[in-house]
Parts: sequence; C-alpha cells; structure tokens
Amino acid sequence: MMEQLYQEVILDYYRNPRNKGHLDNPQIKACDVNDSCGDEITIEATEKNGKMSEIKFSGQGCAISQSAASMLTEYVQGKSVENIAKLNKEEVLKLLNIPVSGMRLKCALLGFKVLKLGIIEYLGGKNGSSS
Amino acid sequence: MNVKKEFPLLKSKVVYLDSAATAQKPKVVIDSVKSFYETSNANVHRGMYDLGEKATDLYESSRTNVANFIGAGTTEIVFVKNATEAINLVANSWGFVNVKKGDKILLTELEHHSNIVPWQLLAKCVGAKLLYVPITKDGELDKKEFSKLIKQKPKLFAVTHVSNVLGTINPVKKFIAEAHKNKVLVLVDASQSVPRTKIDVKNINCDFLVFTGHKAFGPMGVGVLYAKKDLLENMPPFLGGGSMIKQVHLQESTFADVPARFEAGTPNVAGAVGLAKAIDWLQEKGMGNIQQHEKELTKYARKKLKEEKAIKLYGSENNAGVISFNLGDMHAHDVAAVLNEENICVRAGHHCAMPLMNKLGVPATVRVSFGPYNSKDDVDKLMSAIQRAKKVFRL
Repeated sequence: MMEQLYQEVILDYYRNPRNKGHLDNPQIKACDVNDSCGDEITIEATEKNGKMSEIKFSGQGCAISQSAASMLTEYVQGKSVENIAKLNKEEVLKLLNIPVSGMRLKCALLGFKVLKLGIIEYLGGKNGSSS
Repeated sequence: MNVKKEFPLLKSKVVYLDSAATAQKPKVVIDSVKSFYETSNANVHRGMYDLGEKATDLYESSRTNVANFIGAGTTEIVFVKNATEAINLVANSWGFVNVKKGDKILLTELEHHSNIVPWQLLAKCVGAKLLYVPITKDGELDKKEFSKLIKQKPKLFAVTHVSNVLGTINPVKKFIAEAHKNKVLVLVDASQSVPRTKIDVKNINCDFLVFTGHKAFGPMGVGVLYAKKDLLENMPPFLGGGSMIKQVHLQESTFADVPARFEAGTPNVAGAVGLAKAIDWLQEKGMGNIQQHEKELTKYARKKLKEEKAIKLYGSENNAGVISFNLGDMHAHDVAAVLNEENICVRAGHHCAMPLMNKLGVPATVRVSFGPYNSKDDVDKLMSAIQRAKKVFRL
C-alpha cells in the first residue's frame, strides 16, 4: 500500500517540484492551510486570453500534498480558466493516480482546493467589475 | 518494568510511542471511573443524602491525594479541565489584576501553544509585552539570556518543566530562585514532568503549577492548578456559575472561598477520582523506577536512531523520554504514515509548538515518546519500521 502511495512519480514531484515559486504580479492568488496537519499551499497564476498562462505554487507539507499541487499546476497550465473552474475532485484524483483515502485525501486535494478558491475569487471579481 | 499487562489497550498489537500526547490508562484507573458511576454517582457539595455525601467525599479526597502528591496544601489545588484551562485561569484572573499596560511577561521558546496563546490574549488586551528566553542549538534554554531578561522585571515567568517536543528538562528550581530574587512570580507547566518526576511545589517554590491528568495516566478532561494560598485567595473568579458563590443577588454576588471559587458548575468528579487512582498507581510503581526505565529506553532509542545516517535528531541527551527527529528529506507526516502501517503510533507535526519549529528551522518533526509500558522491543520495532520507510522513500 505505502509503495503504491509513494510511487516513483510522487517522490519525483516532491523532490523536484515543477512550477514551484512565485509570480511578480499574479491575477489569481490564494492560499490555505490544512488545519489537521498544518500543510500549506499557495497558488499564484495569470490569465491571458481566457487561458491560464503562468502558474506557480509554494508551500510546505507532506510529499502527497506538495507533489499533487505540483502535478496539478502542470496539468492546468495553458487550459481555459473557465474549464479549470469546472474541474472536480474525481478528475484531480485520476490525474494523481495514487490510492489515497481517508485522512490523506485532504493532503492530495489541498492544492486543488486552493486553485479553485483562487479562480472563483478571480472570476467573481471579474464579473463583479464588468457588471 | 513489567506493567504493560496492566494496560487493556496495549493488549492489541499497537506499539504506542505517543505518551507525550496522552498516556494509556491502567485498568485500575478505568475501573475507578466505572466504579464511581456505578456506585457513587451524585452531584457534589449539594445532595442532602448519603450518596451525595459519598460523591463529595470521593471528590475531596481526590483533591487531598493530588495535594499530597505534589506537596501542596489541599486548598491550594483547583480542579480544572486540563493544563490549558489552568493557564487561562491564571491569565484571566491573576493576569487581569496584576498585568498592566507596558508590563512584561517572560515565556520561553520551548513552550507549548497552551503556555503562549493565553498570555498573548492577555497582553493584547492590557497592552503588555511578551519576552522569550531563547534556546541554544542543543535545545536547552539559554541561561545567560534568562538572567538578562529576568532583570527586566517581568510580572511573570511562565515556563515548561519538560519540553513536549525535545524532552529538555529545565532546571526550574534554579530559575525560580533567580526569578524570586528579582521579585518575579513563576508559573511552571508540569504536564510532561508530573508523570515521570517527583515534584514538590514547596521545594521548587513555584508560585503556580499546572498539569493535565490524561498525560499522567488519568482520564481526559481533568487537570490541576496549584497556586500558593495567598495568591489564590486574592484572585478574582474566572468562570461564574454554581458552586463558586456564597450568595447570589440580582445585581451582584459574593464568592466562595478557595478552591471552590474557581470551580464553577458541576466538576468532573469521575475524572478527579480517576486521576487520584492514577497517582496511587504511579506511587505504587515508584516515580524513580518509571523515570529510570524511561531514561534507559530514551538512551537506547537515541543510540539506535543516531546509528541511522538518514536520521536527524533534535534536542540533547538531557532528556525526559521524548525524542524528535526527521528522516531524510521526507516530511514527518509521510514518515508517520509508513510507521502507522506497521502499527507504530508516533506523533508527527508541529506538536503545538510552532515557534519552536521555526527556531529548529523545520515545519514538523516525528516525535517518539515513552511511557512505563514501553520496552526495548518497541524501539526495535520502530527501527525496523524506519528501515521499511527508507525503502518506501528510496532513501
């Protein structure tokens, strides 16, 4: 079970995170902490022509939360922001392709929760200002 | 020590290495709580019937038991819910009377959140300032810095006896003597030390001492505040309600003598009874024996962990049964998850001591803590689970 959870790809994303860092002027920015374990993720992103052009994550926590956030940023980059807003957790878990359950679900989905938070806020702000 | 068989929960296959979070309970303690509800349950200090008197006697004799155990007077013992409540009681009652704008409160970088946050709330309210005694790289309090800071004459020095993260044993008696020379009162958080060290409050001469019952083999939901009698008698109530009053009028009330003044509402009588039984159990086994046993185990475990190159150990050899470490570049939660698969219970995280974690420069550690029921066999199981973790993490 542990070998499947901590498979090579997860450890690789944990040790060599893709898209880790910050953006100078992110339009989309959100962060959250998992109360039960203290894991933190911040996501910063920019939108261009309706697509997510740049995206970075930062934070600290277990291998599952950090690698999942990293994989998610790679997955959404270049995709339409409106479509990303419609992503559901089943799709994200499929993307991770690891057997997570129980307490570790929160770890695996922390990055997704933060991304969703940032996008909802961003889209809400955009709609609010245009009306 | 051969006490494991007295702990019903440990008959399962778990290897329990988290006694600093909460201790397992011996059967005699569990039975005492059960027996209270089955044979003596009534509200205390109220019923004009024999059963009520029986419950009251049990509650008050539990108080005497606690008092004798730490060398206090019976009226100097207040039953609370846990150490956190005891510190909040002191901060809200003594604190609001004695700490004014511009005053200082001295804490240490080793404190549990329970000995930081109540003081932050008080300081913010009255405009006081918090100072901290730093730790050295070995995880010991910096005594030179303490001597400098105490000369700033804070109103109170609040310090843990034993660190819940590093196991550091602080020389509280020396600190208290130096604090008193500077006319500073001292509160000792003895939650981690009461289960393993004989404490005499008159000997160390602390002004306040707090501990929780559940870490000392008692039930959850009962804790103790000790305060010197002259201090306690001059403190205003913390929580208002039944039991803590003499007379209640529509606009104001007069308050009961101590310790009842600080025990509003129906107390945790079964909890107090269980705690008293836990104290009997501790004394029967011998505090010295327990301390010696845990010391040997800690030494053995530190030696084994040190042999493992991928492990970084925190803290020093001056240690009361608590070891913090990290494995390679893995987060403590990942390590704990693998250990859990091997039925090993350890704590992973910031251990309610975020300022200390910042000082150590890590977000979290794995913490192993021992009780009298642990053995070298448990340490060996831990070490083989760590080997498994190394394999899982390709370390």
